[in-house]
Amino acid sequence: MALILLIMVWELASKLFSIQEWLLPAPSSIGQEAIAGWGDYKHHLGATIQLSMMGFVIGSSVGIIVAVCLHLMSVLREALYPLLIISQNIPIIILAPLLVVWFGFGILPKIIVITLVCFFPITIAALDGFRQTSGELKHYMEMAGANKRQIFCKLEWPHALSSLFSGLKIAATYSVMGAVISEWLGASEGMGYYMTLASSSFRTDRVFVAILFIVTLSLLFFTLLSYAERKVVKAPAQQED
Amino acid sequence: MGKLEVQNLMKSFGSNQVLHQLSFSIQDGEFVSILGPSGSGKSTLFNLIGGIMKPDRGSIHLNDRDITGLRGNISYMPQAPSLFPWRTVLQNVLLGEEIAHGKVDEEQARAMIMKAGLEGYEDAYPHELSGGMKQRVSFLRSMKSPQSLLCLDEPFSALDEFTRAEMQKWLLSIWEQHRRSILFVTHNIEEALFLSDRIIVLSQKPAAIKKELVIPFVRPRDEELVLSNAFLEYKTQLYYELRE
Ligand SMILES: Nc1ncnc2c1ncn2[C@@H]1O[C@H](COP(=O)(O)OP(=O)(O)OP(=O)(O)O)[C@@H](O)[C@H]1O
Ligand SMILES: [Mg+2]
Repeated sequence: MALILLIMVWELASKLFSIQEWLLPAPSSIGQEAIAGWGDYKHHLGATIQLSMMGFVIGSSVGIIVAVCLHLMSVLREALYPLLIISQNIPIIILAPLLVVWFGFGILPKIIVITLVCFFPITIAALDGFRQTSGELKHYMEMAGANKRQIFCKLEWPHALSSLFSGLKIAATYSVMGAVISEWLGASEGMGYYMTLASSSFRTDRVFVAILFIVTLSLLFFTLLSYAERKVVKAPAQQED
Repeated sequence: MGKLEVQNLMKSFGSNQVLHQLSFSIQDGEFVSILGPSGSGKSTLFNLIGGIMKPDRGSIHLNDRDITGLRGNISYMPQAPSLFPWRTVLQNVLLGEEIAHGKVDEEQARAMIMKAGLEGYEDAYPHELSGGMKQRVSFLRSMKSPQSLLCLDEPFSALDEFTRAEMQKWLLSIWEQHRRSILFVTHNIEEALFLSDRIIVLSQKPAAIKKELVIPFVRPRDEELVLSNAFLEYKTQLYYELRE
């Protein structure tokens, strides 16, 4: 609702004050460009979808593996947890060009960028999920003679699933951002590349088309994961009395 | 076979001595209750028998094997139901067996669930059950675990009076079919009297054995028993024993 209202006000304002196209195009002209330019940008869109999905899969796998390792080896956790946080304080915008210098223009630096933005929310969410396991259930497992592996597989992992999915949902939206950022910096295709081209030639309407698709893509990923979550997480994770 | 032998068990937490020279035994197929005031160290005793804590001194033997500090030799039912919220009733019942040998007998579990009055709830999740039903599932889980000794830690203390009496009868009816050795912890005198072959009374901290009492009531027992004179006499005796 609020969105529709905003778009209407925007449309009206751009007509009333006749704002120039290259400054702020009206929603209607963005819509026209979205339809007219489809043939020009559709392969860019495909490239971005492919890149962000690949990055997301690799990034979340790394995130989950890191979380499991840190959880099962408490020595590692003490040593590496601060490092994890530091890794998030390096601005990706600064790091990305460096990665291009180190690894060239191929797909590798792009995947590294996406992985860097993706894995953190997943690792933190999964670690929290593992650690917040109910003490009561853990006591039962120990009294029943469960070993460390059984406690992990039967208790900690299923318990962490719902919190893991919160991490995955955040990471999915980040992965689109990560893909776009990495395409800005050195690519010959993708929505990020399309955006740089558009903005350097003052085709602001195309920039907005790109934004529109990036947002839609993020939402789509988010929805897909929410759906998967409902399929996988069977019961409310909170403790019954 | 389920013969437990506890010898000279001592346990302190720092300067807080909890168990003092505890010795007792349970015969195969016997139902023994430990009756003690709150905080006297009953759960600590279970943690020792379960092997998740080591005693300062003393030993625990099950079927003539030393199990002091070793896990996995008893089946356990905790005070709270501690069911796994993402597992169905059936999957929860199977958990103890799963931990013990990885493979499970689903048919038998289904039959047990049916006999336990939980028919139709096999695929329900714990949050759909009432408190009493959860405790039944938790009890079935320990019954389904393969170990020869069952340790029950105040399993009914969170239930209301009615449900509690019902659960006690239910427990006996299930137990009488299987006759495993049971070590039952409670601070409720009537509950101990109604259920047990023998009652061990613990003193205040540090817990030592104050009294051992054989309860001769014939089985199967029914609820009328609670109203009989003999029952009241035992109850009075235990009451004064605990008060001192
Ligand atoms: N892990 C522990 N560390 C330190 N002290 C402990 C620990 N576990 C129990 N205690 C102490 O041991 C004493 C006995 O506790 P325990 O839980 O065994 O009592 P209980 O008889 O089971 O009580 P309740 O009837 O309330 O369940 C308490 O004073 C408690 O503070
Ligand atoms: Mg206790």
